Amino acid sequence: MGTIIEANNLRAYYITKAYGVERTVKAVDGITLRIQEGEVYGIAGESGCGKSTLLRVLLNAYNPPLTVVDGEVVYHLDGERVSAADMNEERQRDLRWRTLSYIPQGSMHVLNPVRRIRDSFHDFISAHRDVSKAESFALTAKYLRDLGLPEKVLASYPHQLSGGMRQRVTIALATILWPKLIFADEPTTALDVVVQRGVIQMLKDVQQKEGSTLILITHDIGVHANLADRIAILYAGKLVEEAATQTILESPRHPYTRFLIESLPSLDSREERLSIPGRPPALDRPPSGCRFHERCPLAKDICKTIEPALIEIAPRHFTACHVVEEELSHASA
Amino acid sequence: MRQPKPLLQIENLSKIFHIRQGFSSQEFHAVDKASIIIESDKPEIFAVVGESGSGKTTLAKMVLGMETASEGTLRYKDRVVNDISSKEMKTWFYREVQPVFQDPFAAFSPLKRIDGYLFETAANYKMADKKEAPRYINEVLSEVGLTLAEIAGRYPNELSGGQAQRVAIARALITKPSLIVADEPVSMLDASLRMSIVNMFRNLKDHSEVSVIYITHDLATAFYAGDRIAVMLRGWIVEMGPTEQVLGNPLHPYTQNLKNSIPSIRASDAWKEKIDLAVIETDEYTRTGCKFAGRCPAVMNICHDNIPPSVQHQGRSVKCFLYEDDGAPTSQKIAAPALG
Repeated sequence: MGTIIEANNLRAYYITKAYGVERTVKAVDGITLRIQEGEVYGIAGESGCGKSTLLRVLLNAYNPPLTVVDGEVVYHLDGERVSAADMNEERQRDLRWRTLSYIPQGSMHVLNPVRRIRDSFHDFISAHRDVSKAESFALTAKYLRDLGLPEKVLASYPHQLSGGMRQRVTIALATILWPKLIFADEPTTALDVVVQRGVIQMLKDVQQKEGSTLILITHDIGVHANLADRIAILYAGKLVEEAATQTILESPRHPYTRFLIESLPSLDSREERLSIPGRPPALDRPPSGCRFHERCPLAKDICKTIEPALIEIAPRHFTACHVVEEELSHASA
Repeated sequence: MRQPKPLLQIENLSKIFHIRQGFSSQEFHAVDKASIIIESDKPEIFAVVGESGSGKTTLAKMVLGMETASEGTLRYKDRVVNDISSKEMKTWFYREVQPVFQDPFAAFSPLKRIDGYLFETAANYKMADKKEAPRYINEVLSEVGLTLAEIAGRYPNELSGGQAQRVAIARALITKPSLIVADEPVSMLDASLRMSIVNMFRNLKDHSEVSVIYITHDLATAFYAGDRIAVMLRGWIVEMGPTEQVLGNPLHPYTQNLKNSIPSIRASDAWKEKIDLAVIETDEYTRTGCKFAGRCPAVMNICHDNIPPSVQHQGRSVKCFLYEDDGAPTSQKIAAPALG
């Protein structure tokens, strides 16, 4: 299976100018990634690390002040290599929902409150396909049945559904046209654990049924652990580590990833867990060198001045850290 | 020695809302006969967990005096909260019981400097005079790991979520409360900041003699921080007791379901079975028997039409027919529903 979407040295900045003060927020700063067809690619990081910005750029749905200043996003659609920047409005509209789909976080704000669920589905389907109401109802009913959602929801209004059911209806809505590439932005955040589990199950079902590619953004490592094939860790606009899920969870190398995983509370012990010292940097004036050096207990002089490159430390395991790099060179020497 | 009066005594507290559909009206109990006691001699963190729509927030609002109870009594320091005059609510009760909410950025106006809230609260409750105020506020801020210099003159958008939530907690601490009601205080925060806030609650309990009602849907932090825990389902407290026992060895099938649904980062713990979710929220609220009967893997005939009693079992109270006797469960076969 080939690559379906790639980002090459992508830089996307928020450039604002108010009262003569120019401000540039470097939300995505030099990210390169390749996502394979049919995989679940998880992007993890704290709020303000640029993960939603990255998603918006990958989805090619951004407006000023967000500007792509460097690099490009390339889709591989049916053997054709399409650069996101070259697509015209019409082509984009044609791709949206049919090929590229997006599952937003707040399901309450997505569904029309004064229309029944089946009418929302009809509005949605009829915008892309020439279908009658009866046809779209039948299509919807079948799809919901396949996903194990009760038929009862079709005649309901959004406010009548429980939060978890609403989120699952939103997922069904976003995927009913069988998109190849599904982006999900914090799809389970703010849901409780039982509902979260139901939503994860459903995302898995949808993804496996048609072998779609799922790009999952969440700060919750537990969700990634249960869904993603590969995880990329983002910190302050940069990719700091990328590897198979199991590798990230069991042998993380970057100090930030290690903190992130060690600070997860679990039901095994109530022993005091340390939180990561400091806080994420502001992206209008990111720290020099490695962006994590101010919070990193292992930081050396080199970390303050020179930016570490993303290197492959083991097959398909990439990390950007001077300390790890040094350890490796000692080991091989 | 006389037993000291409890700090907070909740007895059979209910909140009934009415849903109107056309001309018919339906009652539903957002909180149904909740009873909780928080002692005053030893500060504790009391965790309340449950899925959304389980009545956690309604319970919190009643404790905070923001919502009046439909039935039952709520005593704070042996005084019935309903009977406290509105003047005394302002001068005494609101000083004693302070809230912390989910979204720190919604708690502060984006147009006001954030330190203004601290000075205002200090002035309103006469905690310090003008000259003393900066020193006093700095002292309170140090309890949450901040200094006045760090936040002076800054607007909420200039702070990170964790910092803003710390300021919100500092604001609550200014009146030197005995009880803090924190409603989902970390669910808007990132994993790395989450632990710092939860650790802070642990510190406050140990060093500042403040009890905390910690409401959350995040079981892992509830386990980490809570001394005792109440598990809520559709207005009921289905299981309540020491956290280590309730979450270490959950008895109620719903608590077992919750525990098993925590996404684990170990591959060996991956879920094997599928679970059912509630379709329509009010269906479960208005169920005649046990509210969990529709989703319970250990459901029995009796559960559909009868409300289970709360029984004491293995050091906690549990509201389930499986544990009707205070001895062994009624049937060994269904006593331990294996949830995947």
